[in-house]
Amino acid sequence: MEYFVIIISAIFVSNIVLTQFLGICPFLGVSKNISTSIGMGAAVMFVMTLATMSTWLFQYYLLNPFGLGFMQTIVFILVIAALVQMVEIILKKVSPALYQALGVYLPLITTNCAVLGVAILTIQKQFNLIEGTVYAISTAIGFTLALVIFAGIREHLDLMEVPKGMRGVPIALVVAGILAMAFMGFTGLV
Amino acid sequence: MSQVKNFTKGFIKENPVFVLLLGMCPTLGTTTSAINGLGMGLATAFVLTMSNLVVSLVKSQIPDKVRIPSFIVIIATFVTIVELVMQAYVPALYEQLGIFIPLIVVNCIVLGRAEAFASSHTPWSSVIDGLGMGLGFAFALTILGSVRELLGSGAIFGFHMIKGNLMLAFVLAPGAFIALGYIIAVINRINKNA
Repeated sequence: MEYFVIIISAIFVSNIVLTQFLGICPFLGVSKNISTSIGMGAAVMFVMTLATMSTWLFQYYLLNPFGLGFMQTIVFILVIAALVQMVEIILKKVSPALYQALGVYLPLITTNCAVLGVAILTIQKQFNLIEGTVYAISTAIGFTLALVIFAGIREHLDLMEVPKGMRGVPIALVVAGILAMAFMGFTGLV
Repeated sequence: MSQVKNFTKGFIKENPVFVLLLGMCPTLGTTTSAINGLGMGLATAFVLTMSNLVVSLVKSQIPDKVRIPSFIVIIATFVTIVELVMQAYVPALYEQLGIFIPLIVVNCIVLGRAEAFASSHTPWSSVIDGLGMGLGFAFALTILGSVRELLGSGAIFGFHMIKGNLMLAFVLAPGAFIALGYIIAVINRINKNA
Protein backbone atom coordinates (compact mmCIF):
# COMPACT_ATOMS: atom_id res chain seq x y z
CA MET A 1 0.00 0.00 0.00
CA GLU A 2 2.77 2.38 0.96
CA TYR A 3 4.56 1.73 -2.30
CA PHE A 4 1.34 2.21 -4.22
CA VAL A 5 0.95 5.68 -2.69
CA ILE A 6 4.54 6.57 -3.53
CA ILE A 7 4.08 5.41 -7.13
CA ILE A 8 0.78 7.22 -7.77
CA SER A 9 1.90 10.44 -6.14
CA ALA A 10 5.22 10.49 -7.99
CA ILE A 11 3.69 9.83 -11.41
CA PHE A 12 0.50 11.88 -11.28
CA VAL A 13 -0.13 14.00 -8.19
CA SER A 14 3.25 15.64 -7.86
CA ASN A 15 4.55 15.08 -11.36
CA ILE A 16 8.20 16.04 -11.41
CA VAL A 17 7.96 18.28 -14.48
CA LEU A 18 4.50 19.77 -14.33
CA THR A 19 4.13 20.44 -10.62
CA GLN A 20 7.65 20.40 -9.22
CA PHE A 21 9.40 22.15 -12.12
CA LEU A 22 12.41 19.87 -12.25
CA GLY A 23 13.87 18.77 -15.56
CA ILE A 24 12.33 21.59 -17.57
CA CYS A 25 15.34 21.89 -19.90
CA PRO A 26 14.94 18.43 -21.49
CA PHE A 27 11.17 18.88 -21.28
CA LEU A 28 11.38 21.88 -23.60
CA GLY A 29 14.50 20.83 -25.50
CA VAL A 30 14.04 17.16 -26.43
CA SER A 31 10.27 17.05 -26.84
CA LYS A 32 10.11 17.73 -30.55
CA ASN A 33 8.94 14.20 -31.40
CA ILE A 34 7.67 11.16 -29.57
CA SER A 35 10.50 8.71 -30.29
CA THR A 36 13.28 10.95 -28.97
CA SER A 37 11.28 11.73 -25.88
CA ILE A 38 10.87 8.03 -25.14
CA GLY A 39 14.64 7.62 -25.55
CA MET A 40 15.30 10.51 -23.21
CA GLY A 41 12.79 9.13 -20.70
CA ALA A 42 14.49 5.72 -20.71
CA ALA A 43 17.93 7.26 -20.22
CA VAL A 44 16.65 9.40 -17.34
CA MET A 45 15.00 6.40 -15.69
CA PHE A 46 18.23 4.41 -15.89
CA VAL A 47 20.43 7.16 -14.47
CA MET A 48 17.92 8.45 -11.93
CA THR A 49 17.43 5.03 -10.34
CA LEU A 50 21.15 4.29 -10.16
CA ALA A 51 21.91 7.80 -8.91
CA THR A 52 19.28 7.71 -6.19
CA MET A 53 20.50 4.33 -4.96
CA SER A 54 24.16 5.34 -4.88
CA THR A 55 23.60 8.78 -3.33
CA TRP A 56 21.41 7.11 -0.69
CA LEU A 57 24.28 4.77 0.18
CA PHE A 58 26.72 7.70 0.29
CA GLN A 59 24.37 9.69 2.54
CA TYR A 60 23.74 6.96 5.10
CA TYR A 61 27.12 5.21 5.10
CA LEU A 62 29.52 8.10 4.54
CA LEU A 63 28.01 11.53 5.25
CA ASN A 64 25.82 10.75 8.26
CA PRO A 65 28.28 8.64 10.29
CA PHE A 66 31.00 11.26 9.89
CA GLY A 67 28.72 14.28 10.40
CA LEU A 68 29.42 15.63 6.91
CA GLY A 69 25.82 16.58 6.06
CA PHE A 70 26.90 19.98 4.75
CA MET A 71 28.92 18.28 2.00
CA GLN A 72 25.73 16.79 0.52
CA THR A 73 25.52 19.01 -2.56
CA ILE A 74 29.16 18.56 -3.56
CA VAL A 75 29.24 14.81 -2.94
CA PHE A 76 25.94 14.16 -4.73
CA ILE A 77 26.81 16.09 -7.87
CA LEU A 78 30.21 14.36 -8.07
CA VAL A 79 28.62 10.95 -7.59
CA ILE A 80 26.09 11.68 -10.33
CA ALA A 81 28.71 13.03 -12.74
CA ALA A 82 30.97 10.03 -12.14
CA LEU A 83 28.03 7.67 -12.47
CA VAL A 84 26.96 9.09 -15.81
CA GLN A 85 30.52 8.76 -17.12
CA MET A 86 30.72 5.18 -15.89
CA VAL A 87 27.35 4.20 -17.32
CA GLU A 88 28.46 5.64 -20.64
CA ILE A 89 31.71 3.64 -20.68
CA ILE A 90 30.08 0.40 -19.51
CA LEU A 91 27.18 0.66 -21.96
CA LYS A 92 29.60 1.27 -24.81
CA LYS A 93 31.45 -1.98 -23.94
CA VAL A 94 28.58 -4.22 -22.86
CA SER A 95 25.63 -3.23 -24.98
CA PRO A 96 26.45 -1.16 -28.05
CA ALA A 97 22.81 -1.32 -29.16
CA LEU A 98 21.56 0.27 -25.96
CA TYR A 99 24.40 2.77 -26.14
CA GLN A 100 23.30 3.71 -29.64
CA ALA A 101 19.81 4.35 -28.35
CA LEU A 102 20.63 6.21 -25.14
CA GLY A 103 24.14 7.50 -25.81
CA VAL A 104 23.28 10.96 -27.06
CA TYR A 105 21.14 11.73 -24.04
CA LEU A 106 23.60 10.61 -21.38
CA PRO A 107 25.90 13.67 -21.26
CA LEU A 108 22.84 15.92 -21.02
CA ILE A 109 21.68 14.12 -17.93
CA THR A 110 24.48 15.27 -15.59
CA THR A 111 23.04 18.75 -15.64
CA ASN A 112 19.45 17.56 -15.56
CA CYS A 113 18.25 18.97 -12.27
CA ALA A 114 15.63 16.23 -11.94
CA VAL A 115 18.33 13.65 -11.18
CA LEU A 116 20.00 15.64 -8.41
CA GLY A 117 16.59 16.84 -7.27
CA VAL A 118 15.21 13.34 -6.78
CA ALA A 119 18.41 12.26 -4.99
CA ILE A 120 18.03 15.13 -2.51
CA LEU A 121 14.25 14.70 -2.15
CA THR A 122 14.72 11.02 -1.33
CA ILE A 123 16.94 12.02 1.60
CA GLN A 124 14.58 14.84 2.66
CA LYS A 125 11.56 12.53 2.66
CA GLN A 126 13.58 10.02 4.75
CA PHE A 127 12.80 7.09 2.48
CA ASN A 128 14.65 3.82 3.01
CA LEU A 129 16.64 2.32 0.15
CA ILE A 130 13.73 0.36 -1.37
CA GLU A 131 11.24 3.22 -1.04
CA GLY A 132 13.84 5.54 -2.56
CA THR A 133 14.34 3.22 -5.51
CA VAL A 134 10.60 2.90 -6.09
CA TYR A 135 10.27 6.68 -5.81
CA ALA A 136 13.06 7.24 -8.36
CA ILE A 137 11.59 4.78 -10.87
CA SER A 138 8.08 6.19 -10.62
CA THR A 139 9.34 9.77 -10.82
CA ALA A 140 11.14 8.83 -14.02
CA ILE A 141 7.91 7.27 -15.34
CA GLY A 142 6.12 10.54 -14.54
CA PHE A 143 8.86 12.45 -16.36
CA THR A 144 8.57 10.21 -19.43
CA LEU A 145 4.78 10.47 -19.37
CA ALA A 146 4.86 14.28 -19.31
CA LEU A 147 7.52 14.34 -22.01
CA VAL A 148 5.65 11.97 -24.34
CA ILE A 149 2.29 13.74 -23.95
CA PHE A 150 3.98 17.08 -24.55
CA ALA A 151 5.84 15.78 -27.61
CA GLY A 152 2.56 14.47 -29.02
CA ILE A 153 0.97 17.89 -28.64
CA ARG A 154 3.98 19.64 -30.10
CA GLU A 155 3.94 17.44 -33.20
CA HIS A 156 0.46 18.76 -33.87
CA LEU A 157 1.41 22.28 -32.89
CA ASP A 158 3.86 22.47 -35.80
CA LEU A 159 0.94 22.26 -38.21
CA MET A 160 -1.11 24.96 -36.51
CA GLU A 161 -1.19 28.60 -37.41
CA VAL A 162 0.22 30.34 -34.38
CA PRO A 163 0.53 34.15 -34.12
CA LYS A 164 4.02 35.23 -35.15
CA GLY A 165 5.31 36.43 -31.78
CA MET A 166 4.09 33.31 -30.03
CA ARG A 167 5.81 30.79 -32.29
CA GLY A 168 8.34 28.39 -30.80
CA VAL A 169 9.02 28.56 -27.09
CA PRO A 170 6.21 30.93 -25.97
CA ILE A 171 3.40 28.76 -27.34
CA ALA A 172 5.15 25.63 -26.02
CA LEU A 173 5.16 27.17 -22.54
CA VAL A 174 1.49 28.09 -22.74
CA VAL A 175 0.66 24.53 -23.83
CA ALA A 176 2.75 23.21 -20.94
CA GLY A 177 0.73 25.47 -18.64
CA ILE A 178 -2.53 23.97 -19.86
CA LEU A 179 -1.05 20.48 -19.46
CA ALA A 180 -0.06 21.39 -15.89
CA MET A 181 -3.63 22.53 -15.31
CA ALA A 182 -4.82 19.10 -16.45
CA PHE A 183 -2.42 17.42 -14.05
CA MET A 184 -3.76 19.61 -11.22
CA GLY A 185 -6.90 17.52 -11.53
CA PHE A 186 -5.01 14.69 -9.80
CA THR A 187 -4.53 16.78 -6.65
CA GLY A 188 -6.06 15.09 -3.64
CA LEU A 189 -5.96 11.65 -5.25
CA VAL A 190 -3.78 10.24 -2.49
CA MET B 1 33.72 44.83 -25.85
CA SER B 2 33.60 47.58 -23.25
CA GLN B 3 32.97 46.59 -19.64
CA VAL B 4 29.70 48.55 -19.58
CA LYS B 5 28.37 46.59 -22.53
CA ASN B 6 29.71 43.41 -20.96
CA PHE B 7 27.70 44.22 -17.84
CA THR B 8 24.43 45.30 -19.45
CA LYS B 9 24.11 42.53 -22.04
CA GLY B 10 22.58 40.21 -19.44
CA PHE B 11 19.53 42.36 -18.87
CA ILE B 12 17.64 42.36 -22.17
CA LYS B 13 19.76 41.45 -25.17
CA GLU B 14 21.26 38.23 -23.81
CA ASN B 15 18.99 37.78 -20.83
CA PRO B 16 19.67 34.24 -19.56
CA VAL B 17 15.98 33.46 -18.98
CA PHE B 18 14.03 35.37 -21.61
CA VAL B 19 16.45 35.04 -24.55
CA LEU B 20 18.91 32.22 -23.86
CA LEU B 21 16.24 30.09 -22.11
CA LEU B 22 18.68 28.76 -19.52
CA GLY B 23 17.89 27.92 -15.92
CA MET B 24 14.21 27.32 -16.49
CA CYS B 25 13.65 25.08 -13.46
CA PRO B 26 14.31 27.68 -10.74
CA THR B 27 12.70 30.33 -12.94
CA LEU B 28 9.39 28.50 -12.95
CA GLY B 29 9.68 26.85 -9.57
CA THR B 30 10.54 29.74 -7.27
CA THR B 31 8.67 32.70 -8.73
CA THR B 32 5.43 32.33 -6.78
CA SER B 33 6.05 35.86 -5.48
CA ALA B 34 8.33 38.77 -6.35
CA ILE B 35 10.39 38.42 -3.19
CA ASN B 36 11.02 34.70 -3.75
CA GLY B 37 12.10 35.40 -7.32
CA LEU B 38 14.45 38.16 -6.17
CA GLY B 39 15.94 35.97 -3.42
CA MET B 40 16.56 33.10 -5.80
CA GLY B 41 18.00 35.48 -8.42
CA LEU B 42 20.42 37.06 -5.97
CA ALA B 43 21.56 33.68 -4.62
CA THR B 44 22.28 32.55 -8.18
CA ALA B 45 23.98 35.86 -9.01
CA PHE B 46 26.35 35.42 -6.05
CA VAL B 47 27.27 31.87 -7.09
CA LEU B 48 27.69 32.93 -10.72
CA THR B 49 29.97 35.88 -9.91
CA MET B 50 32.14 34.01 -7.43
CA SER B 51 32.49 30.89 -9.57
CA ASN B 52 33.34 33.02 -12.61
CA LEU B 53 36.05 34.76 -10.57
CA VAL B 54 37.58 31.55 -9.23
CA VAL B 55 37.39 29.73 -12.57
CA SER B 56 39.16 32.56 -14.38
CA LEU B 57 41.82 32.70 -11.64
CA VAL B 58 42.67 28.99 -11.74
CA LYS B 59 41.98 28.29 -15.42
CA SER B 60 45.66 27.96 -16.35
CA GLN B 61 46.26 25.40 -13.56
CA ILE B 62 43.46 23.03 -14.60
CA PRO B 63 44.23 20.36 -17.19
CA ASP B 64 41.79 20.52 -20.06
CA LYS B 65 40.44 17.00 -19.55
CA VAL B 66 39.20 17.47 -15.99
CA ARG B 67 37.97 21.01 -16.67
CA ILE B 68 34.23 20.35 -16.29
CA PRO B 69 34.42 18.30 -13.05
CA SER B 70 36.70 20.95 -11.54
CA PHE B 71 34.25 23.69 -12.49
CA ILE B 72 31.44 21.72 -10.90
CA VAL B 73 33.38 21.37 -7.64
CA ILE B 74 34.07 25.12 -7.58
CA ILE B 75 30.40 25.89 -8.22
CA ALA B 76 29.20 23.35 -5.64
CA THR B 77 31.47 24.96 -3.04
CA PHE B 78 29.81 28.35 -3.49
CA VAL B 79 26.36 26.77 -3.56
CA THR B 80 27.09 25.18 -0.19
CA ILE B 81 28.21 28.56 1.17
CA VAL B 82 24.98 30.19 -0.03
CA GLU B 83 22.95 27.32 1.42
CA LEU B 84 24.52 27.63 4.87
CA VAL B 85 24.35 31.44 4.94
CA MET B 86 20.70 31.51 3.89
CA GLN B 87 19.80 28.81 6.39
CA ALA B 88 21.36 30.92 9.14
CA TYR B 89 20.18 34.43 8.26
CA VAL B 90 16.98 34.13 6.16
CA PRO B 91 15.46 30.81 7.26
CA ALA B 92 11.97 31.75 6.03
CA LEU B 93 13.17 32.38 2.46
CA TYR B 94 15.37 29.28 2.65
CA GLU B 95 12.29 27.18 3.50
CA GLN B 96 10.32 28.73 0.62
CA LEU B 97 12.99 28.13 -2.00
CA GLY B 98 13.65 24.65 -0.63
CA ILE B 99 15.26 22.24 -3.04
CA PHE B 100 16.06 24.93 -5.60
CA ILE B 101 18.96 26.27 -3.50
CA PRO B 102 21.12 23.12 -3.77
CA LEU B 103 19.97 22.82 -7.38
CA ILE B 104 21.79 26.06 -8.31
CA VAL B 105 24.71 23.70 -8.86
CA VAL B 106 23.02 22.19 -11.93
CA ASN B 107 21.73 25.51 -13.24
CA CYS B 108 22.93 25.62 -16.84
CA ILE B 109 23.72 29.34 -16.65
CA VAL B 110 26.38 28.93 -13.98
CA LEU B 111 28.31 26.14 -15.69
CA GLY B 112 27.59 27.72 -19.08
CA ARG B 113 29.22 31.04 -18.15
CA ALA B 114 32.16 29.29 -16.48
CA GLU B 115 32.79 27.27 -19.63
CA ALA B 116 31.91 29.86 -22.28
CA PHE B 117 33.26 33.03 -20.68
CA ALA B 118 35.35 32.70 -17.53
CA SER B 119 37.62 29.97 -18.89
CA SER B 120 38.91 32.28 -21.60
CA HIS B 121 38.76 35.80 -20.09
CA THR B 122 40.55 37.82 -17.41
CA PRO B 123 39.29 37.67 -13.80
CA TRP B 124 38.04 41.27 -13.94
CA SER B 125 35.85 40.86 -17.02
CA SER B 126 34.67 37.48 -15.75
CA VAL B 127 33.42 39.11 -12.55
CA ILE B 128 31.63 41.78 -14.59
CA ASP B 129 30.12 39.12 -16.84
CA GLY B 130 29.02 37.08 -13.81
CA LEU B 131 27.47 40.12 -12.14
CA GLY B 132 25.69 41.20 -15.33
CA MET B 133 24.34 37.76 -16.14
CA GLY B 134 23.46 37.07 -12.50
CA LEU B 135 21.60 40.35 -12.06
CA GLY B 136 19.91 39.80 -15.42
CA PHE B 137 18.71 36.45 -14.09
CA ALA B 138 17.52 38.08 -10.85
CA PHE B 139 15.79 40.79 -12.90
CA ALA B 140 13.94 38.18 -14.98
CA LEU B 141 12.87 36.21 -11.91
CA THR B 142 11.67 39.35 -10.16
CA ILE B 143 9.58 40.38 -13.18
CA LEU B 144 8.03 36.93 -13.52
CA GLY B 145 7.46 36.78 -9.75
CA SER B 146 5.80 40.23 -9.76
CA VAL B 147 3.51 39.34 -12.67
CA ARG B 148 2.45 36.08 -11.02
CA GLU B 149 1.98 37.67 -7.60
CA LEU B 150 -0.03 40.55 -9.08
CA LEU B 151 -2.31 38.29 -11.13
CA GLY B 152 -2.58 35.61 -8.48
CA SER B 153 -2.93 37.51 -5.23
CA GLY B 154 -3.17 41.18 -6.26
CA ALA B 155 0.10 42.26 -4.67
CA ILE B 156 3.73 43.00 -5.56
CA PHE B 157 6.39 42.41 -2.88
CA GLY B 158 3.48 41.94 -0.48
CA PHE B 159 1.96 45.40 -1.14
CA HIS B 160 -1.67 45.03 -2.13
CA MET B 161 -2.60 46.66 -5.45
CA ILE B 162 -5.84 45.08 -6.65
CA LYS B 163 -8.82 43.83 -4.70
CA GLY B 164 -11.46 41.29 -5.65
CA ASN B 165 -11.45 37.92 -7.31
CA LEU B 166 -8.13 37.06 -8.87
CA MET B 167 -6.68 34.24 -10.93
CA LEU B 168 -5.32 31.93 -8.27
CA ALA B 169 -3.94 29.67 -11.00
CA PHE B 170 -1.10 32.15 -11.52
CA VAL B 171 0.53 31.38 -8.19
CA LEU B 172 0.11 27.66 -8.87
CA ALA B 173 2.05 25.55 -11.36
CA PRO B 174 0.12 26.28 -14.61
CA GLY B 175 0.41 30.05 -14.18
CA ALA B 176 4.20 29.81 -14.13
CA PHE B 177 4.32 28.31 -17.63
CA ILE B 178 1.66 30.59 -19.07
CA ALA B 179 3.05 33.84 -17.61
CA LEU B 180 6.58 33.00 -18.78
CA GLY B 181 5.28 32.12 -22.24
CA TYR B 182 3.64 35.50 -22.68
CA ILE B 183 6.62 37.41 -21.24
CA ILE B 184 8.98 35.68 -23.68
CA ALA B 185 6.63 36.53 -26.55
CA VAL B 186 6.75 40.23 -25.54
CA ILE B 187 10.56 40.19 -25.19
CA ASN B 188 10.89 38.53 -28.63
CA ARG B 189 8.79 41.31 -30.04
CA ILE B 190 10.93 44.03 -28.38
CA ASN B 191 14.20 42.44 -29.50
CA LYS B 192 12.98 42.12 -33.07
CA ASN B 193 11.91 45.74 -33.30
CA ALA B 194 15.09 47.07 -31.70
